[in-house]
Amino acid sequence: MGSRASTLLRDEEIEEIKKETGFSHSQITRLYSRFTSLDKGENGTLSREDFQRIPELAINPLGDRIINAFFPEGEDQVNFRGFMRTLAHFRPIEDNEKSKDQNGPEPLNSRSNKLHFAFRLYDLDKDGRISRDELLQVLRMMVGVNISDEQLGSIADRTIQEADQDGDSAISFAEFVKVLEKVDVEQKMSIRFLH
Amino acid sequence: FHLSHKVTRVVPESALLIVLGLVLGGIVWAADHIASFALTPIVFFFYLLPPIVLDAGYFMPNRLFFGNLGSILLYAVIGTVWNAATTGLSLYGVYQTGIMGHLNSGLLDFLLFGSLIAAVDPVAVLAVFEEVHVNEVLFIIVFGESLLNDAVTVVLYHVFETFVAIGPEKVTGIECVKGVVSFFVVSLGGTLVGIFFAFLLSLVCRFTKHVRIIEPGFVFIISYLSYLTAEMLSLSSILAITFCGICCQKYVKANISEQSSTTVRYTMKMMASGAETIIFMFLGISAVNPDIWTWNTAFILLTLVFISVYRVIGVVLQTWILNHYRMVQLEIIDQVVMSYGGLRGAVAFALAVLLDDTKVKEKNLFVSTTIIVVFFTVIFQGLTIKPLVQWLKVKKTEHREPKLNEKLHGRAFDHILSAIEDISGQIGHNYLRDKWSNFDRKFLSKVLMRRSAQKSRDQILNVFHELNLKDAI
Repeated sequence: MGSRASTLLRDEEIEEIKKETGFSHSQITRLYSRFTSLDKGENGTLSREDFQRIPELAINPLGDRIINAFFPEGEDQVNFRGFMRTLAHFRPIEDNEKSKDQNGPEPLNSRSNKLHFAFRLYDLDKDGRISRDELLQVLRMMVGVNISDEQLGSIADRTIQEADQDGDSAISFAEFVKVLEKVDVEQKMSIRFLH
Repeated sequence: FHLSHKVTRVVPESALLIVLGLVLGGIVWAADHIASFALTPIVFFFYLLPPIVLDAGYFMPNRLFFGNLGSILLYAVIGTVWNAATTGLSLYGVYQTGIMGHLNSGLLDFLLFGSLIAAVDPVAVLAVFEEVHVNEVLFIIVFGESLLNDAVTVVLYHVFETFVAIGPEKVTGIECVKGVVSFFVVSLGGTLVGIFFAFLLSLVCRFTKHVRIIEPGFVFIISYLSYLTAEMLSLSSILAITFCGICCQKYVKANISEQSSTTVRYTMKMMASGAETIIFMFLGISAVNPDIWTWNTAFILLTLVFISVYRVIGVVLQTWILNHYRMVQLEIIDQVVMSYGGLRGAVAFALAVLLDDTKVKEKNLFVSTTIIVVFFTVIFQGLTIKPLVQWLKVKKTEHREPKLNEKLHGRAFDHILSAIEDISGQIGHNYLRDKWSNFDRKFLSKVLMRRSAQKSRDQILNVFHELNLKDAI
């Protein structure tokens, strides 16, 4: 931990982030030094270019959309709180959390919030539904260029058909959750953050 | 047995086969008063074991396997060494107290016995677990452990065998160091041999467009070659053929025609099934051989007790360590199944029979104890594991139709996770997996896969095609 990093992050801030996201003290400081190393402009916020500088992200099919997910509506800069808030979605769900009070706000890394994060990546126009076109775009990005548009179209149709229950030829969030109910989302959408 | 479902639901097939073998052996003996058939190590190691292990490797769910590789390695290496050491030392300790009466063995003999009885057996695990259907993570850990501990077993066995041969006085620190080094050589060497042959096999299958009929032949021959080569070089042959199967599956399945693929699959399953049946029956038959029976109650009972107890302790300790590093924690229930599923089988028996009885005076005792232990684990533990699993409500595999949505979103999740790992600056499984699949796409697939196969080998497409096929039927 460089001296610059630790002075810029006050203890109260760390406490607040801890409460909001559930990360531990050491995880927060570690991620803070990562944040500052990405922040080439040294102004305490990250812009889209800062993210795009990460080499592996460039070849990730969903890279751009994921970068967008960090930035709140209409803004171009994200501060450390926002950074952590997005990363908190991927914290593994721990056993002791399951029994915590049900009255408080849902933790950021709950199953529902994880699925919501993924849903928002598909749903670009934010109308609460994944339309055929939106699905087609994602398919094209992920499956690659060797497939004909027709085939992609049939795959998209088939996917919607499997999930669609109210017959509107689009996948709503509820349908999305339903079709993935057997998938172990807690595991598939979590990574272990090092201490 | 398949005619009476009630029986097979309760009793595992392997146990029934052993009993059948016993009966057959009894008949033969009663008729002739000589024990004719026996499971010779040569037959076992060269003909019966390879098909089973190849089948396991070829159909291994790679992603699961490599995802849990750390845990598997820990259990396989440390776990087996722990089991061998503790069992051998405890037996020696008890021997010193004289309960066992007079035995013509020293510390090294006990350690040798410990090393051959310690290893969890892949054949037995497969036979019993496939009827129980526990969840895949649990299965892959126990099964992976049983496959990979072969290297440890081979090294320990040979090391102690040579120690016994040269006599306990001459064992020095240098010999021990040589043992450790040979472990690495044997295991890594075996793996490399396997990978090399997998490469060869994939390459060959790339060019067999005009000789489709003999494609399946290549698969079996080259895999068997890997086994033999490793044996020849005194490396771990099980590791070789396992990794040959694991590494070649993707490319071979993509390159060979549909009919060849089906042929390969059914032949492999048939050979593996047949070999398994023969192994268990022979175990039963070989047991009815009065020449080799030496009974020493204390020794046998204590062996059973020790291996069970030490397995439980070993599993608990290692799981405690592992859970600090794993994302999916292993619960107490999983640990119970893992300890209980540590079955010994024919490998231990074959190794015991291989012992040189001029050097190891108590060979017959060891052989008989091994037989009892194998019977006990397979029959008793095999019988009770299913009710145990149900009683403990272990998570089971659900056999599901592949859903396009699941595959698609699963893929999306993978990408998301790698991106998040990149952003948070960590090297995790997803990062490694991505790096590997990029490397694979750029270099390996170009070399090893047929051009026509390269375009259409995407997983999502596969599910799509399967679903279409099903609809069409």
